Amino acid sequence: MSGVRVLVGTRKGAFILTADGGRRDWQVSGPHFGGWEIYHVNGASTHPDRLYASQSSGWFGQLIQRSDDGGRTWQPVGNDFAYEGAVGEHLWYDGTPRPWEFKRIWHLEPAADDPDVVYAGAEDAALFRSADGGQSWQELPGLRTHESGPRWQPGAGGMCLHTIILDPTNRDRIFVAISAAGAFRTDDGGATWLPINRGLRSEQIPDQDAEVGHCVHRLAMHPSRPDVLFMQKHWDVMRTDDAGGSWHEISGNLPTDFGFPIAVHAHEPETVYVVPIKSDSEHYVPDGRLRVYRSRTGGHEWEPLTAGLPQEHCYVNVLRDAMAVDTLDPCGIYFGTTGGQVYGSADGGDTWVPIVRDLPAVLSVEVQTLP
Amino acid sequence: MIRVVLPAHLKNLARVSGELHVDVSGPVTQRSVLDAVEERYPVLRGTIRDRRSGLRRAFVRFYACEEDLSNESPDAPLPERVASGDEPFLIVGAMAGG
Repeated sequence: MSGVRVLVGTRKGAFILTADGGRRDWQVSGPHFGGWEIYHVNGASTHPDRLYASQSSGWFGQLIQRSDDGGRTWQPVGNDFAYEGAVGEHLWYDGTPRPWEFKRIWHLEPAADDPDVVYAGAEDAALFRSADGGQSWQELPGLRTHESGPRWQPGAGGMCLHTIILDPTNRDRIFVAISAAGAFRTDDGGATWLPINRGLRSEQIPDQDAEVGHCVHRLAMHPSRPDVLFMQKHWDVMRTDDAGGSWHEISGNLPTDFGFPIAVHAHEPETVYVVPIKSDSEHYVPDGRLRVYRSRTGGHEWEPLTAGLPQEHCYVNVLRDAMAVDTLDPCGIYFGTTGGQVYGSADGGDTWVPIVRDLPAVLSVEVQTLP
Repeated sequence: MIRVVLPAHLKNLARVSGELHVDVSGPVTQRSVLDAVEERYPVLRGTIRDRRSGLRRAFVRFYACEEDLSNESPDAPLPERVASGDEPFLIVGAMAGG
């Protein structure tokens, strides 16, 4: 019987939650790397036992761990993330130039067609690639050295490259998003990059529709329609139908369009999930109620999903990398909170159950559908 | 033989318990001791010193013989009792954070 493996990164270690296809009874493994910040754990569905984890701490820096047995055992691999060539400068919070400085890896994206190829999104923003299972890393410097780079400025969480989407139909096309520079696309395997922010409007920047400077929180794609992307921006939920050529707003009737994660249903490309957050100065859900919102119309019309979620006295956040969908039928949805809960729905979001309640603050959630 | 004590997280990472023992040829300094430690345990590269600059990471401290040597030159001789193996060279995670 098929099953699922949920990969959870937290402020103090990684946890692996497994269940069979019914997704009712869960086994919890962890903490792995207890005490370390685990920004992300990820594995390609085509090679489910090959996992990569980003392990870091303010004391001891960045490590990358690799598992070849689905997370039972781990081996540290390469952690030498060197910007290639001249480091260059970006804008600091005070408007002065500041050299790029590596801080951590936010996101790991393994390639579906080769278990040894994996991409890593860094703070300060850059994209790295490994072709040897994480043993060595090479920057794709065309992104960092884009002519707009000197105008990039960190968001409150740092100048991080947090989203990497590999086009499943075109290995030369990659989408990334950077806080607070915006979204970018390459069509030549990472050599050159195009800002894809037309249609975004951000009141927090002086030129509201500037080419760069937008605080994109997350992008999501359905693999069957790689030209359609959904975006949770700092404020605004957005959509493009031409691979980022232009964006239009689909916030519709959401109670607030601030938030972090966004995800697409595995079998319904027009079904999208977000978790509205009250505001950028109150990073918790509105009205003390944890509600996932689902649109079955590709945006504009949203319905709250509340069954099984706390509807009073709840003041958690759901971070940008902390929502994922499995590919079972019905589709499973999972998300983790800053309060340490991981919720799962085995029916497309209609009903939810807490898989675990008391983990450290959850930074990331991925799910693998197992054969 | 130089005795080196790692903080708990780095012991786990290097999969060692207790003290490390390394040999250093030439002057016994922070740099030569840490070079020897990293040579034997490559996984520790970048966790104690920045890979690019070679400088001590901000929240790592070096102690020996009840002295804080963190801000000494990496090429200054370590105390004789460290060089002789009578006292360990302590690598410590600074008190910081939560």
